Amino acid sequence: MTRFRDDAEVHPPMDYAGYKSTALRHPKEPLIILPHRLTEVTAPVFGEDRLREYDNDLTRGPQGEAIGQRIIVHGHVKEDDGRPVPNTLVEIWQANAGGRYRHAVDQWPSPLDPNFTGAGRTITDDKGYFRFLTIRPGAYPWRNHPNAWRPAHIHFSLFGRAFTQRLVTQMYFPDDPLFFQDPMYNSVRDERAAKRMVSAFDYESTEDHWALAYRWDIVLRGEEATPTEEPHA
Amino acid sequence: MSTTPSQTVGPYLAIGLPWPDGPDVVPPDTPGRIRIHGRVFDGAGDPIGDAMIETWQADPDGKFGPGFRGFGRCPTDAEGAWEIFTLKPGRVDGEQAPHIDVSVFARGMLNRTVTRIYFADEDNAGDPVLESVPEARRATLIAQPADDGYEFDVHVQGERETVFFKV
Ligand SMILES: [Fe+2]
Repeated sequence: MTRFRDDAEVHPPMDYAGYKSTALRHPKEPLIILPHRLTEVTAPVFGEDRLREYDNDLTRGPQGEAIGQRIIVHGHVKEDDGRPVPNTLVEIWQANAGGRYRHAVDQWPSPLDPNFTGAGRTITDDKGYFRFLTIRPGAYPWRNHPNAWRPAHIHFSLFGRAFTQRLVTQMYFPDDPLFFQDPMYNSVRDERAAKRMVSAFDYESTEDHWALAYRWDIVLRGEEATPTEEPHA
Repeated sequence: MSTTPSQTVGPYLAIGLPWPDGPDVVPPDTPGRIRIHGRVFDGAGDPIGDAMIETWQADPDGKFGPGFRGFGRCPTDAEGAWEIFTLKPGRVDGEQAPHIDVSVFARGMLNRTVTRIYFADEDNAGDPVLESVPEARRATLIAQPADDGYEFDVHVQGERETVFFKV
């Protein structure tokens, strides 16, 4: 039977004092191990019918172009043995160039952009490749600790090919000076793991007089190697 | 190569994740369609109004594959309430009682939590996953019949904490 590798040590703890909202939103009872049976090794398959034209271009607003630094965000979705995850749905959402979300709860004094909703989606191609055109999001304040600012980021949601692979994460930008005080980023205890959430500036993929580019590969849990059967005596 | 770490969905998941047909695992006119609904609560017993429930299940014959989406998604409202419309799953791989795998996402959760829905009016005896759960806590995994389907609340923490799984 297929078993997906245990990657629990990569992920943040559910109870993390630095991020105050975890206090009442983490289970206290021990987790029960769920074996990887049929429901866990399968996942929904979504086709192009889930997409509308320009869903992967967040810069097109109803009255014109969104304001901000135009960027290409692209990369591959892979499993931990390097094999691509083709034809999988990738959903993103983000703040605008000024760090403001189009959401009733976000009321900090930074302007909304009528031409930026901040939501996008695409499906990886047969090599696991995805590409978005968007605006570089701004940093934004929140109330977790005094003078708290989230580093610029784009929220990503991925399905993979198994329930075990479902992942929601955030993509960051290189050398952000706000990492040091951000509990989300620092909740990932292994520094090398945290760096895997940071995209790379990709000069090769920039487009002259059009857009800068960032590359980010997303790695999902892969299968444990099948043990080789002992030959029968 | 190592996996990319999880991060919270944050307070603004409603911008990117809900779909108009998210709760419709099957379309509205499907014969046998049932509603499964419930509320999500935090450790103080307060409703979580910015969570999202996702469901994944077999079809009524216990099969996964094209022809049955199997997937539901519903953000919670201010009362913590969610709902999906689906067909009751069949027994899976001969051994497992009808069940639905559930992911819960929310601000304040650095990773999803995973639970399972079983059904009070099914024969759950001998289900290997349910049997691995201490008997006193099994009831948190069992949806109760309601007027138009089933009811299943999620208590993320607290006295009635739902059983969560490590996948
Ligand atoms: Fe955010």
